[in-house]
Amino acid sequence: MTYDVAIIGGGVVGCAVARELAGFDLRIVLIEARGDVGDATSKANTAILHTGFDAVPGSLESTMVARGYELLSEYAKATGIPVERTGALLVAWDPDQLAALPKLRDKAEKNGYSKCEIVDADEVYRRVPALGPGALGGLTVPDESIICPWTTPLAYATEAKSRGVEFRLNCFVESIDVGPDTTTLHTRSGDITARWVINAAGLGGDVIDRMLGYDRFTIVPRRGELFVVDKLTRPMANTIVLPVPTEKGKGVLISPTIFGNVMLGPTSENLVDRTDTSTSEEGFAFLLEKGAALMPTLIDQEVTASYAGLRASTEHSDFVVDIDAKQRYLLLGGIRSTGLTASMALGEHSRELLAEAGMDLTARTDLPPPPQMPNIGEAFPRPYQRADLIASDPEFGQIVCFCERVSRGEIRDALASPIPPCDLDGLRRRTRALMGRCQGFFCAAEIDEMMRVGGDDRE
Amino acid sequence: MIVSEILIIGGGPAGLSAARELKAEGAESVTIIERESDAGGIPRHSDHTGYGLRDLKRVMSGPSYARTLVERAQSSGVVIRTGAMVTGWSGPMSAEITSARGREVITPDAIILATGARERPRAARRIPGDRPTGVMTTGQLQNLVHLKHQAVGTRAVVVGAELVSWSAVLTLREVGCATVAMTTQFDQPESYAAMAIPGRLALRVPIARRTRVIRVIGRERVEGVEIEQITTGRRRIVECDTVIFTGDWIPDYELAQSNGLEMDPGSRGPIVDTGLRTSREGIFAAGNLLHPVDTADVASLDGVHAARALMRWLAGEPAPGTAARVVADAPFTWVSPGLVRTGDVAPARDRVLLWSSEYRAFPKIVVRQGARVLSRRTLPWPVSPGRVFRLPWSMLEPARGTEDIRISLV
Ligand SMILES: Cc1cc2nc3c(=O)[nH]c(=O)nc-3n(C[C@H](O)[C@H](O)[C@H](O)COP(=O)(O)OP(=O)(O)OC[C@H]3O[C@@H](n4cnc5c(N)ncnc54)[C@H](O)[C@@H]3O)c2cc1C
Ligand SMILES: Cc1cc2nc3c(=O)[nH]c(=O)nc-3n(C[C@H](O)[C@H](O)[C@H](O)COP(=O)(O)OP(=O)(O)OC[C@H]3O[C@@H](n4cnc5c(N)ncnc54)[C@H](O)[C@@H]3O)c2cc1C
Repeated sequence: MTYDVAIIGGGVVGCAVARELAGFDLRIVLIEARGDVGDATSKANTAILHTGFDAVPGSLESTMVARGYELLSEYAKATGIPVERTGALLVAWDPDQLAALPKLRDKAEKNGYSKCEIVDADEVYRRVPALGPGALGGLTVPDESIICPWTTPLAYATEAKSRGVEFRLNCFVESIDVGPDTTTLHTRSGDITARWVINAAGLGGDVIDRMLGYDRFTIVPRRGELFVVDKLTRPMANTIVLPVPTEKGKGVLISPTIFGNVMLGPTSENLVDRTDTSTSEEGFAFLLEKGAALMPTLIDQEVTASYAGLRASTEHSDFVVDIDAKQRYLLLGGIRSTGLTASMALGEHSRELLAEAGMDLTARTDLPPPPQMPNIGEAFPRPYQRADLIASDPEFGQIVCFCERVSRGEIRDALASPIPPCDLDGLRRRTRALMGRCQGFFCAAEIDEMMRVGGDDRE
Repeated sequence: MIVSEILIIGGGPAGLSAARELKAEGAESVTIIERESDAGGIPRHSDHTGYGLRDLKRVMSGPSYARTLVERAQSSGVVIRTGAMVTGWSGPMSAEITSARGREVITPDAIILATGARERPRAARRIPGDRPTGVMTTGQLQNLVHLKHQAVGTRAVVVGAELVSWSAVLTLREVGCATVAMTTQFDQPESYAAMAIPGRLALRVPIARRTRVIRVIGRERVEGVEIEQITTGRRRIVECDTVIFTGDWIPDYELAQSNGLEMDPGSRGPIVDTGLRTSREGIFAAGNLLHPVDTADVASLDGVHAARALMRWLAGEPAPGTAARVVADAPFTWVSPGLVRTGDVAPARDRVLLWSSEYRAFPKIVVRQGARVLSRRTLPWPVSPGRVFRLPWSMLEPARGTEDIRISLV
């Protein structure tokens, strides 16, 4: 059997592309090396829905981020992906940074974003009273938002699946043979043949690209480590506090998270090993030092979690997107630090490039409605708070994960969902179970059991 | 809205004993809200002996102790609602509750907070490295083993050497997992002098003193931990497939804090006076929420003490007005109670409880109020990390007025 399109990579980008193309009369397969979608870089980021105010004007990234912001904001409303428009504030801590603010405002305008405003130190402290001493001024970005990084790829994948995309998980592409009409992907679980191949392999993008005969970019995994601080600190950071980028480098940010915590990070460090998502002593020391200066009262509080994500950075300053009509191959490479925001725009852009390259795109008229995703955002009613829901199904009143208030009903539903989790970490991304302050002291054994018996165990 | 006279949040030893005492003293309606499917608190899954000495006057296993306390509370007419969790407040005295019954708000006349304590997990201890499976707290371990009958690995490193750490070692042994090392930042294994767990010495676990865990290693499953000798800075890797983070207690303080109660930055629990009254009139607190972590019988007797103060308050007896803060100098990290009112009752069991980060045999303690020395004594029991240090109330009793009472180790 030959597919029209094979997408390599089930991150936020691959899933967005799959969903988009599945709106047309195409047989599509999505191939993912891991057991779940959104399980690589797409699960470990700072989850900001960027306006693109500080992108490089004229770059593809700038266009994709601005367009992606619009598309994803709309899509989030339609599917229930939690988004909070918290706004951001860039804070200047030295005269250089202060002097850079007007240039950043001008840059934002070049990127088509005209709502930035320069504010003085008093206004900075009025907006974020918990900031440490020494702020000299700031720049506001009222539309920067926070979004659920886990529900987003899952919503795309769920819709793609309902539109007929086939998912081949645990399927690692090892080599590729391009024929005259079709391309064969040799995977650890058999061959897959398709007319078109789309490379959305994130950190593995250059490897796939080389399998197709190119040598045009090399990925350097750039690690970003983060701390997630206890929910009790959320009132300290009601807006995203961004560093002012200068020649001396980028500082760290403090951001509220969609789950009601506060996040501090990320660090930025080039690694060699593309699979090394460990955190480090140096990274922690750096975060603690930065955090103590930025917001001393934050760092006194309990750390709930720490993690690291790897950006797929390359020698190019922009995304590496290119279509090769002869080989029927589309590359979406080097989607480094804005891919969550840009994802739907990359889907749309892929469709346009494919149409130009002669792909026959006939829009389907029988599309199912978009999925309604379970809400795991803190700012919107969760099942445990909803009398109506509990009345119709008491399992939504049985809280299993106490710290995050996750009910038995939500875990049951996640396990029975179209794209079910394959492990506890996957369950966590779908429900928030186990990601709270106790990290499983009370509930891990119970949830582990539900996972083992498939959520059907009613004691 | 339903109305209950007295609401107890948490059905562990403290909450259960408080409830029973309230009924014994004539309270009409006492309801315990417990989020687990069974009441009993931590002892439910702590399947070894060493419970009940001070309150029930006999020693038994954790699960039978928990069952006994539940039965005693039930037979005295306490309503125990399990599978129900207080998730927040819609007013200072209005608790929001979620259960399979739905969403409710209960506004009682008085509340006792008895939410207990948990161990700090790895993340809260800020230990970097990989994030493999096989890393857990004692609480998780004992839930897995005793309630769900699951196996763990075969070689464990236990972080900590307090009483609870030995409890973890016992549980590991039961499921065929050897403890290859215990690490402790201290010179003196904390629980050495305490003989609460029989057979402990026969366990022969190598203890790495003055060490700290630097990093967890292993992509899928734990492969080892790197530990550092604090004095020399030397590092080495201990191979293991399981890591248990024990002790390093933190109260379940979130409800207390979100109610706006005055909190103790040392213990992170709410500040109480000797009658276990919090800073909000009508809200009392008991158990490990106040002193993370003492034994279950002490938590239980706290409950009784809080219940009595609560009944006096319901009867219209106000708390004495003049209060002094109790503070403790390093190496003490917290002291409870944190407030002494002139003319008030003595604290539970006539003891003031402290936690220390250093070991001292025959500690010499001085208690001052302002310039005045209230007492000075050398005590025959040690100050030891990982274990509550108990000070006789008589050493603070002469305090009067509002000036801080300061406890120092000299
Ligand atoms: C610290 C950090 C902070 C960030 N913050 C933000 C932010 O605030 N906002 C924002 O918009 N973006 C942010 N990003 C960027 C964003 O996370 C990424 O751009 C995005 O997740 C990239 O998605 P992807 O689908 O390209 O890659 P991935 O999520 O890595 O997906 C690629 C997939 O391809 C699979 N794969 C690779 N090779 C093969 C193969 N040979 N066979 C089969 N499958 C294969 C992988 O298993 C993986 O699942 C951040 C990134 C980091 C690291
Ligand atoms: C491994 C281990 C071994 C131990 N060994 C011993 C020993 O040998 N002897 C001994 O005496 N002590 C021992 N202890 C200590 C003993 O278990 C505790 O002192 C005791 O459980 C404290 O009682 P408590 O009521 O304060 O708290 P807990 O027992 O923790 O009970 C608190 C209860 O409150 C509930 N709760 C919390 N928040 C809410 C909410 N929002 N809504 C509803 N319910 C809520 C919890 O579910 C829990 O049931 C051990 C502890 C551990 C962890």
